[in-house]
Amino acid sequence: MAMRFFAGHSIMRALLCPCRVFSMSLAAPAPTPRRKALALISGGLDSLLVVRVVQEQGIEVEGINFFTGFCVEGHTHAIRKQDQKKEKRNNALWCAEQLGIKLHIIDISEEYKDVVLNPKHGYGANLNPCLDCKIFMVSKAMAYVDRARDFAAAKGFDFIITGEVVGQRPKSQRKATMPIIARESGADDRLLRPLSARNLEPTLPEREGWVKRDQLHGFSGRSRQPQIELARKFGFTDWAQPAGGCCFLTDENYSRKLADLWSARGERRYELDDIMLLKVGRHIRPEPHYKLIVGREEGENNFLEGYRREFHHIRMISHNGPLILVDGTPDEKDLLQAARIAGRFSQGREADEIEVEIVQKGGMARQVKVVPLRTEEVPEAWYL
Amino acid sequence: MSAHQLDARRLLCPLPVIRTQNAINNLETGETLLVIATDPGVMHDIPAWCRIHGHVVLAAERVDNEFHLRIEVGQK
Repeated sequence: MAMRFFAGHSIMRALLCPCRVFSMSLAAPAPTPRRKALALISGGLDSLLVVRVVQEQGIEVEGINFFTGFCVEGHTHAIRKQDQKKEKRNNALWCAEQLGIKLHIIDISEEYKDVVLNPKHGYGANLNPCLDCKIFMVSKAMAYVDRARDFAAAKGFDFIITGEVVGQRPKSQRKATMPIIARESGADDRLLRPLSARNLEPTLPEREGWVKRDQLHGFSGRSRQPQIELARKFGFTDWAQPAGGCCFLTDENYSRKLADLWSARGERRYELDDIMLLKVGRHIRPEPHYKLIVGREEGENNFLEGYRREFHHIRMISHNGPLILVDGTPDEKDLLQAARIAGRFSQGREADEIEVEIVQKGGMARQVKVVPLRTEEVPEAWYL
Repeated sequence: MSAHQLDARRLLCPLPVIRTQNAINNLETGETLLVIATDPGVMHDIPAWCRIHGHVVLAAERVDNEFHLRIEVGQK
């Protein structure tokens, strides 16, 4: 079993397992082992379809899902009160449950930094390193396959499947780039794209007959209609439709805030808390060396409360208003200016004077009275 | 059976699920794990993860501003 993954080629199989050849010559053929695939699951429609297509061919499937820190799901739902009213579900888990497969969720947020900071193949329209991202995820899936083979024979996988479709994404899913993913990830021809396989060269699972190529698909292009028709055929009536994909890096506003963070720090680096905070509140930068993070509603304020000890922060005393974190290296004058900006977002915005508490990062607090800035005194250019 | 505890407070989903998965990978069938979290999403996501992996959620309750889930490790 330990050699199972590499034993796909029939000649290789015969060499590695002479018992199988011998038994075939003397007795009834041994039952063919049920082949097993590891599916990259994002949680969208393609995840549902790609698994069901190979399940229909008798392949056993388990799923793998990667947490990069930039995933749209989960965090924003947990933070924003308005989103908490919506039905919460992790779409990857939901998909796995619909399909009756196990799902392994892997935290790659630390290693993923290198993909975001140094993408060999560059960025897409925003700071989305889609091609490097896919190569990285398939290579992590390969590493999982290798580890599973080493630790438990029962978890051995024969190949990897993804929901990629030729021409669906301008950078990572083109006919020219899809072989790059297979090659650079190390998966090579053990990477099968069942929704688009007939547009691509036959892979090992097809050549070995583990899956029938004529029962795979030849989808291409950006239209989702063929996928929707296949979903109907399989009886799926519900699936996630994340706008712009499932990654914050494809979002223009988010990418702008991340670029601003790097610019302000003078270096391209981030921690998980940094990228979480970019998802929350209004970000206002009056000066290059500091910015304000302003909670927009109760859920965001509660979330920002958890970070107050690590930041300078401003709290309203005389009026209701949001908690405001001040990130960077503000001096005394800057904190007073930040307090005036804070007033703009409080119920004291029309008052002649407001009272606020300014708490410095070390915990030293003082109460001051300031004149709140009027709406027109906060330039659009300050909003990130 | 021995009981184990996982502190997943201040983590947002899917991190509590990932930590639960990693903790259960190191436990034996029949052992129990108490997960304590602050993200309300765990009340949906952890039971979903348990269902697809054959583990049993013995109890899931809100305690003040925390969420406590007691899980019995299923057949591995």
